[in-house]
Amino acid sequence: MTMHRLIYATSPAVNSSLHARTSINGVAAVCDPLGGLYLPESRALVVSDLHLEKGSAFARRGMMLPPYDTLATLRILEAVIARHDPATVISLGDNFHDRKGSAAMPDTFREMITAMACGREWIWINGNHDPDGAQGLPGASMDELRHAGLVFRHEPSRRDGIGEIAGHLHPSATVRRRERSVRRACFATDGKRLVMPAFGVTTGGLDLRHREMSGLFDRQQLVAHMLGRDRIYSVRFANLLG
Amino acid sequence: MDRIDSPSPEGDALTLPAPFLRWFAEKGWRPRAHQLELLSRAEAGESTLLIAPTGAGKTLAGFLPSLVDITRRGRIPPGAPFTGIHTLYISPLKALAVDIERNLMKPVGEMGLPVSIENRTGDTPQSKRQRQKLNPPDILLTTPEQLALLLANGEAERFFKNLHYVVLDELHSLVLSKRGHLLSLGLARLRRLAPRLQTTGLSATVADPMDLQRWLVAQSLARENHAGLITVSGGAKPEISILRTENQVPWAGHSARYAIPDVYAAIKKHRTTLLFVNTRSQAEMLFQELWTINDDNLPIALHHGSLDVAQRRRVEAAMAENRLRAVVATSTLDLGIDWGDVDLVVHVGAPKGASRLAQRIGRANHRMDEPSRAILVPANRFEVMECQAALDANYVGAQDTPSIGKGALDVLAQHILGMACAQPFDALELYEEVISAAPYAQLPWETFERAVDLVATGGYALRTYERYARIRKTQDGLWRVSNPMVAQQYRLNVGTIVESPMLNIRMVKRNQRGSLGRGGMSLGKVEESFLEMLSPGDTFLFSGKVLRFEGIRENECLVSQAFSFDPKVPSYAGGKFPLSTYLAAQVRKMLADPARRAGLPDQVRDWLALQGDVSMLPRDDELLIETFPRGSRHYMVIYAFEGRLAHQTLGMLLTRRLDRAGLKPLGFVATDYSLAVWALDDMGFAFRARAPSLGQLFDEDMLGDDLEAWLNESFLLKRTFRNCAVIAGLIEQRHPGKEKTGRQITVSADLIYDVLRAHEPDHILLEATRNDAATGLLDIGRLGSMLKRIKGHITHRRLDQISPLAIPVMLEIGRESVHGEAQDFLLTEAADDLINEAMGGHGTEG
Repeated sequence: MTMHRLIYATSPAVNSSLHARTSINGVAAVCDPLGGLYLPESRALVVSDLHLEKGSAFARRGMMLPPYDTLATLRILEAVIARHDPATVISLGDNFHDRKGSAAMPDTFREMITAMACGREWIWINGNHDPDGAQGLPGASMDELRHAGLVFRHEPSRRDGIGEIAGHLHPSATVRRRERSVRRACFATDGKRLVMPAFGVTTGGLDLRHREMSGLFDRQQLVAHMLGRDRIYSVRFANLLG
Repeated sequence: MDRIDSPSPEGDALTLPAPFLRWFAEKGWRPRAHQLELLSRAEAGESTLLIAPTGAGKTLAGFLPSLVDITRRGRIPPGAPFTGIHTLYISPLKALAVDIERNLMKPVGEMGLPVSIENRTGDTPQSKRQRQKLNPPDILLTTPEQLALLLANGEAERFFKNLHYVVLDELHSLVLSKRGHLLSLGLARLRRLAPRLQTTGLSATVADPMDLQRWLVAQSLARENHAGLITVSGGAKPEISILRTENQVPWAGHSARYAIPDVYAAIKKHRTTLLFVNTRSQAEMLFQELWTINDDNLPIALHHGSLDVAQRRRVEAAMAENRLRAVVATSTLDLGIDWGDVDLVVHVGAPKGASRLAQRIGRANHRMDEPSRAILVPANRFEVMECQAALDANYVGAQDTPSIGKGALDVLAQHILGMACAQPFDALELYEEVISAAPYAQLPWETFERAVDLVATGGYALRTYERYARIRKTQDGLWRVSNPMVAQQYRLNVGTIVESPMLNIRMVKRNQRGSLGRGGMSLGKVEESFLEMLSPGDTFLFSGKVLRFEGIRENECLVSQAFSFDPKVPSYAGGKFPLSTYLAAQVRKMLADPARRAGLPDQVRDWLALQGDVSMLPRDDELLIETFPRGSRHYMVIYAFEGRLAHQTLGMLLTRRLDRAGLKPLGFVATDYSLAVWALDDMGFAFRARAPSLGQLFDEDMLGDDLEAWLNESFLLKRTFRNCAVIAGLIEQRHPGKEKTGRQITVSADLIYDVLRAHEPDHILLEATRNDAATGLLDIGRLGSMLKRIKGHITHRRLDQISPLAIPVMLEIGRESVHGEAQDFLLTEAADDLINEAMGGHGTEG
C-alpha cells in the first residue's frame, strides 16, 4: 500500500487519479488517494498523523528502523500539495512521532517543508505524540482550529463532533468478497464528521469495527473511502466484509 | 561406515564400571553393541553421529560416555573449586527434555551413580535458574533457545569451561531451519569455551548422514572435518496399508470425509490409535466427524499446537496412562516422545514426504522388534498415488529429509548481538568462530561485517544512527554493548520462532438482555488474519467445538457455543508441507509405468486409463501441458508435480509472460500436482502458432528479469521479511517492561519493508528475505531445477474439453487466496456494490 503511494506519488500519471467527492456538514470535500483531504471552497488541504521521524524515535530506544520514513512521507506530501496547490495546509497532529522529533529532524527535511510552505498558510495542530508544537518550522502551532465552517482537531471529540475533521485513530477498513479480504487505510465519514487516514508511511491502521471507533459515527450513513492504488474506493460500512 | 545390529560380545562389556555391569546383570540385559561402540569412540576422543531406529536404546547410548566419565570422576566434594557442567543435552522440544530427565533418572537412581541431572527450559522458575548458575548439575538438559541465553551471559566462560560432551537429540530435526543455524553458532562458541568438547548426535535415518557428521564438528578451510558414524540397522518393517473403501474417493479437497466410517471401524479394532493430519483445520474437522458417529462413546481426543497448553498437557497425560482410544494430532506430536501403547497409526491425507511418514509411523510401538501398524487415508485421487509412492518408499527405505541449508543472515545478526552481551568481541576472532559452524562455513568476511553493522546501527547506507548504536567498537578494537538495556532487549527476543499474530479465544455467554458476559474458559489461540475474515455470527470449528464468533474485545476473540452443524472451518495459514521432490518423482513414475499402477484401487486406475484414452499419460521425464476451452475462458493445465509453492511461483511468472504475449491471462490456481492458468484468448492456438512457443514460455530465463520484476511488486515477501526483521532484532517482539506478544509488535513490518525497499533495495535484511523466499515460500530452487529438467521435453495436448487428470485442479478454482493486483480488483467490486445500491440495484455490469 505504502509502496503504491510512494511510486504513484512520484509518477507522471498522478493527475488521472480518481478522487471521491463528499461533504462534511454541508462543506464540500475531496478525498485524494494519496491520503489528503482537499476543501475546494476554502482551498485548504488537510493531512493527518504524518508521524515524521518515527524511525529515529525508535532508534533512540534501540530499534534501528530504516531512517527513510520522513523522506518518503514528505515526498508524498509534496505530490499532494503540487496537485491541489492549496492556500492553506492543515496538519492534524501527531505531525512528529514524539516530542523530540521536530527539534531533532535533519535540516534537509526542514528545508523541504519550508519550500512546501512557501506562499501558503501552514497550521500544525498539536497531537498526543507531539503536544509541544512544531519547533523551527514555518507555520503556526495550535490545539484546535475553526475554519471555513469546520473544526479541526487531533482527537475526535466524543461530545461535539458535528462539522469536525480529526485524525488520531488511523482508520482502516476491510472488504471481504468470496472468502478473500483486503484491508486499506480510509477516510471515514457519515456526512457529519470525518476521520482522516494516517498519512505517514510507517503508520498502521485501526479497523473501523474496533471499539475505539464506536459511538463516533451514524453507522447507517458511514462510508469508508478506502485508499486504492490510484483511486479511492468508497464502500458503505454495512458492505464492508461483504 | 559400521552397521551394527547384533548384541555385543560378552568381553566388551567389561570396560564398563562395576555399577553398570551390576545393573545390566540384575536386569538380565546386555549392553548393545552400538552403545559400547559409541562409548569406546567417545573415550578415544571422537565425536560421533548415531543413527538408529526408535526403540534401539539411543538415549542410553548417547548418555553412556557421560555417565561413565562422571562415575569415574566421582561426586564433586562441597567446597571444591567451581567445576561447571559436564554434559549438555539439547533437544528440539521442552517436553522431550523433561521426558528424558525422567527416563534417565531411573537407571541412574537404580545404579546409584553420583550424577546430578536437571533440566532448564522456558518453564524453569527464575530461582532455579539462578541456583543452576551458582551450582550447576553435571548434566543439564535444555533447548537451543536456552543455550543461546546461557551463552549470552557474562558467566558463560566459567559455566562451560569444563564441558566435555554435548548430546544432540533428534539431530535430524534440530539442524533444520533457522533454529538449527542458531544452534550451530552456539556450538561454535561452546567449542571455543571448552577445548576438550566432544559432540554426540542422535538421529533417525536421514538421506545424507554426512551433512550431519560435518555439522557436529568444527569446519575449517584447510581440510574437511566430520564426526564418525555408527548406524544401527534393523527394527521390524512396518505393516502399512492404504485404506480400502467401498466409497467413492473424491477428486479434490483434503477432508477425507468419505473415509470416516472406515477410520472409526479401525479405531474400534485397536487399543490405541494415533491419527495424524497435516493441518490444524484438518485435525478439527476429523475430530468433529469422528464424534458425530462415535456411538460407542470411545474416548477420542484432539491435540494441536493452537490449543490451550493446559488442555494439551491433559491429553498427553491421558495418553501416557492409556486412558484414550484415539488422539487426532498434527505435527506437535511428531517427535520422539513416548506416548504409551499406541498400536495403530492412521495418517489422514497424503504424508507429503516419505521420511515424515516413517517418523510418524515410528510412533506406534516403541519396541524395535515388533512391526508397527499403519493405515494411510488419501483424501483425493492424486493422494492415492502419493500414498502408494510413500508406502513403496517406506519399504525400500528411501529418505527425503530436507537439506540443512546455508546459514541465515538474520540468525547471524542475533548471534552477534548475543556474543556482544556475553563479553566484548574482536570481529575477526568472532568471524573465525562463526565460519567453523557448518552452515556458515562459506560466509564471506564482507557479509559478516555487514551483519555486525546491522546489529550496531541497522546497517543503513544513510548513517544517521551512529549516536544510537547498540554495539560500538571501542579504542581497544573490541565491540561491546552500549548500555545494559541492549542485553535486556536481547534476552527478551532471543530465538528464531516468530509468533504470527494470534488472539486468545475465550468462551462467553450471552446474558438475558443479550449482551456478552465476561470471563469464560480460554480455548487456545487463532491467527488474527483468520479472524479478520469473520463477521459476528459466523461459525467455525476450534478445539473440537462449533463456535460462534461474537467479536473482538481488547486482545481476545470472544466466542459462544454455536448450535450449528455446518461450521466455517478455520483455514490456518502455513502448516501445509509441500510435496517432497522424492515423492513427486515417484508419482510421475507411477503415471508413466502401468506396472507401478497395479497396486492402485480400481477407481483410480480407471481414472488414469480414461486419461490415457482422452489425452495422454506423460513419461516421467516429460512435462504434459493440456489446453482446452470451458465456458467463456481458455484453460492451460501444467502437470509439473513440484509442490504447491513452486507451482504458485510458476503461476505468477507464467501469467506475466502470457500477459506480455497478449493472451489476456485472468488467473491461476496451484495444487501440489498441477497448475491451471486461464485466459480470455485461446492459448492452445497461440502455442500451435508458436506465438509464443511453449519452449519460450517455459524458458529458464523467467527466473531472471521476470522474477525480479514480480518480486518488486509482490506482497508475498512481506511475511518473510517480518520474520527476518524480528529474528535480526530490527523489530522487537517484546520490549523490556512491556512483554508484548506477536500481535502487538509496535510497528508494522509491512510498512517498514516498503520504505526499506524503496530506499535501500540492497540492504542486508532484504537479501536475507530473498534468500529465505527462494527456498521457502517461493521454492525458486525447485522451480529452477524443474525448468532445466523439462527443457525439450514439453508435450502439448490441445483438447476440446477438460481431461480427467485436469479435474482435481479445476475443482480448486475459487478456493485460492488473492494476491497483489487482484486486491484492487476486489476493491472495485466492493465499490461497485455502492454504485449498484445508488442505482437502485439496476447497475450495469463491467
